[in-house]
Amino acid sequence: MIELPIALHIPDGFLSGGVAAACGVGAVAAVAYGLRVANTELDEARVPLLGVLAAFIFATQMLNFPIAGGTSGHLLGATLAAVLLGPWLACLVLGVVLVVQAFAFADGGISALGANVLNMGVLGALLAGFLVAAGTKVLPHTRVAFLGVVGVVSWLAVMVGAAATSVELAASNTVALGASLPAMLGVHALIGIGEAVITVAAVSAVLAARPDLVALVPKELTATGAPATRPVEGTV
Amino acid sequence: MQLRLFLILTVAVAVGLAAAVSPFASARPDGLEKVAQEKEFLDQGRLVDVQKESPLAGYAFPAVGNERVATGLAGFAGTLGVFALGYGLAYVLRRREGGDAPSGAPA
Repeated sequence: MIELPIALHIPDGFLSGGVAAACGVGAVAAVAYGLRVANTELDEARVPLLGVLAAFIFATQMLNFPIAGGTSGHLLGATLAAVLLGPWLACLVLGVVLVVQAFAFADGGISALGANVLNMGVLGALLAGFLVAAGTKVLPHTRVAFLGVVGVVSWLAVMVGAAATSVELAASNTVALGASLPAMLGVHALIGIGEAVITVAAVSAVLAARPDLVALVPKELTATGAPATRPVEGTV
Repeated sequence: MQLRLFLILTVAVAVGLAAAVSPFASARPDGLEKVAQEKEFLDQGRLVDVQKESPLAGYAFPAVGNERVATGLAGFAGTLGVFALGYGLAYVLRRREGGDAPSGAPA
């Protein structure tokens, strides 16, 4: 019996020192930038939201759902956090969640913490920030289009994280890229569907209750929650 | 919906999920663990010393016999702990309104 937690982030021992350190530098840089962004962008209303979102992502990461092939998956949450708070504050949120998991729950390694923050937080959050903004530029500003983009991006973010994990494992000489990449992408293509469903449901709920808390939403959708194609009453 | 109400409800949902639903979550290996089993590098994983003393290692509340109860309590404590840490960090880091700064969306 191997002494490992049920939910598995990258544990110590999977990555070489060099790869872990390189990932650590990337993760620390992104989280540090998130700290700076908080200083300039985090207004009073979003202060509790950051804590609430971290708690929600922590909780949902415990909810492993079964997928095909005797495997399970859980929400990563980077896209959700990026859509609600913007990509850099999302790095901060995932950083908080993963630090607590590693130290208090022994879930994910300590030297591998940077890689886990990078794969499950930074890469997904930045990708989501970029693609949702791009989607807003080219697509009509409707609720359906926005949620569609959020869904697709959620799935992509999971795939990118899975691919990055494979690359890091290969660079560490743990497992060949040709062996792990197809397996990782195959499993996470299914996990990504769960990620997309949960993320769209959560964003949709926030959009209905408090559209002003969705940082990346097109402005037309925040005023009344109505699509831009309908007359918008009560706006400036 | 009032902001405060919305936030309290969301935390309540998170705590509820972690405390009451997570004990019944799938115990199957997750994506990486499954691949690590198949490709035979799972046994390279290890806990470092500091983690062997982790209070809630393996999402089990200490000294609780019932596995589901132990998981639920760990989820309860963890969710509130993460909330407090995130809120506290955000509070320390928040933008100080210098007077007439707009309180709308981030710049």
